[in-house]
Amino acid sequence: MNKILLGVLVVSVLAACSSAPKKDAAAPITETKVAEAPTAASPTKMPEAQPLVAPMEEASPYPTKGQGGALGERSIYYAFDSYVVNDAGKPVAAAHAGFLGGHAKAKITLQGNCDERGSREYNLALGSRRAEAVKSVMTVSGASAEQIEVVSFGKEKPMMAGHDESSWSQNRRVDIVYQGE
Amino acid sequence: MIFNTPQRLSLFGAIPVIVFAFWMAYSSFVRAELSLEITTEGLKQIPLAMLPFANERDLTTAVSPIVIADLQRTGLFRQADVSGVNPIPTETSQLKLAEWRAKQATAVLMGSATIEHDGKIKIRYVLVDVATEQEKLIEVISVAPSQLRGAAHRIADAVYEKLTGEKGVFSTKISYIVKDGPSYQLRVADADAYNERTILSSKEPIISPKWSPDGSRMAYVTFELKRPLVVVQNLSTGARKVVANFRGNNSAPAWSPDGKRLAVTLSRDGIAQIYTIDAEGLEQPRRLMTTRAIDTEAVFTPDGKSILFTSDRGGSPQIYKIPVEGGTAQRLTFTGNYNVSPRLSPDGKKLVFIQQNGSAFRVMLQDLDTNQLQNMSDNALDESPSFSPNGRMILYASRANGKGVLALVSADGRVRQKFSTQAGDVYEPAWGPLQ
Repeated sequence: MNKILLGVLVVSVLAACSSAPKKDAAAPITETKVAEAPTAASPTKMPEAQPLVAPMEEASPYPTKGQGGALGERSIYYAFDSYVVNDAGKPVAAAHAGFLGGHAKAKITLQGNCDERGSREYNLALGSRRAEAVKSVMTVSGASAEQIEVVSFGKEKPMMAGHDESSWSQNRRVDIVYQGE
Repeated sequence: MIFNTPQRLSLFGAIPVIVFAFWMAYSSFVRAELSLEITTEGLKQIPLAMLPFANERDLTTAVSPIVIADLQRTGLFRQADVSGVNPIPTETSQLKLAEWRAKQATAVLMGSATIEHDGKIKIRYVLVDVATEQEKLIEVISVAPSQLRGAAHRIADAVYEKLTGEKGVFSTKISYIVKDGPSYQLRVADADAYNERTILSSKEPIISPKWSPDGSRMAYVTFELKRPLVVVQNLSTGARKVVANFRGNNSAPAWSPDGKRLAVTLSRDGIAQIYTIDAEGLEQPRRLMTTRAIDTEAVFTPDGKSILFTSDRGGSPQIYKIPVEGGTAQRLTFTGNYNVSPRLSPDGKKLVFIQQNGSAFRVMLQDLDTNQLQNMSDNALDESPSFSPNGRMILYASRANGKGVLALVSADGRVRQKFSTQAGDVYEPAWGPLQ
């Protein structure tokens, strides 16, 4: 089981709780009640959390970005709410699969992305599915599944900041990122 | 420990003015960081005479203005004409009820503050029904000077409950993400947006914060390690623990009603599927069901017996329901090709979600008894709807003037509020539990 336990930071102590005032909602109240300070069960002090620490990555071979042909391409694009690798994307996936097949030490991460419309979580799952679809193409084209990590950023890391189809079409994308690159 | 310095914005500054047909009231409140606008439509507001509390000018924080702002913010009440009341009554016997009847006030709220020898503040308040001349509420609260805002919210809660029969939510907290340039911050504030504090800052995205049922912890998804992990943060200590860190994506946390378990979405076996884990992240995840489709956005029903979720198993994302022990999923949404982000009302009878309608993504409300649908917004890009803990309001994220804003709409669609921040986008709102 792959799990990180974080160091526990104890910074402040929750103010002592006292019993909340009791109220009788139904009957009109004619007697004066003295209630103690209404301290909520939820914390009054909320210290900021500490950052998580990432493990180091190993370097590995990778093809030059922007070199001629499909191997120079690093992105595959999609239609809205679709994860189908289209005819433009297939040669790119196949070219990188070929590289991975010839370089057993090379490893990649496929990063799925979506446009800004709709649910953040559904888009996160959709980005994952887009990346998985590329992985499927690659593993039947010479790459080993162990060389491929899949991650999704959903709609959280748009490359283009616009709110129209010209930006959205660029943001519906899987990026091929070589480890150590 | 870092607390944000409350930053007051100028009144009406950075507030987008939207006009609803037949709007009757328009008011603005300014908060630390967030500014708020309220609109109501076709609603007859109940007039209340909410008087200044005697001696509250001697306090560091005057109480009655906070109570009045809370009650007015609901859109249900308006302040009757209380000008020229001198001296300020503190007892029913001092009230000239005929005058208040003439001013059409339904009820009078009055009170007084006393600074006690130990430094505590004693606040006594009385709510009187003008028609029956009955004292509906008499209470004495004793608080430290630093707790005066909290005391005011408690008074507003009590008054609201007495007048409407529903629980007030003025003492609750809300949370949201602020994205300002390259910085993402998870913030918590009082329901009136005061006392805002940042509980997590990151250069990487944070999404899906969810309050534990007791309000002591928050589960969320962080990309700090370059891929989504589910973390549970203790709000009083700031300590956090990664509870889901499997291969691929770990996301969409949802608390079980007892606070002991979380439903999460994991893509460790390829496609996004729903699992349940213990809230400490110690046990192996239990897979809820096995499908060849995206299953995500789990939410427990209030009885803890079922889970609602989004799935594209039918070819388009729709909302389904399944028993927590697994079994047969039942589809709940039937109109439209994109229905996502289900959340239930506290009584479990109403469903809110986001529906795509042409180019718009809007909050929809579905009555689960009749399956009747109501469009709750006329925005273009709504997301992340949820109910207030008393079920009266729906809180969601939207966009206005090119920025991410938070919006509130009453469950009857009549009262609308919008929060915006001058700095950047605000989104992923979540409402903490009743206290």
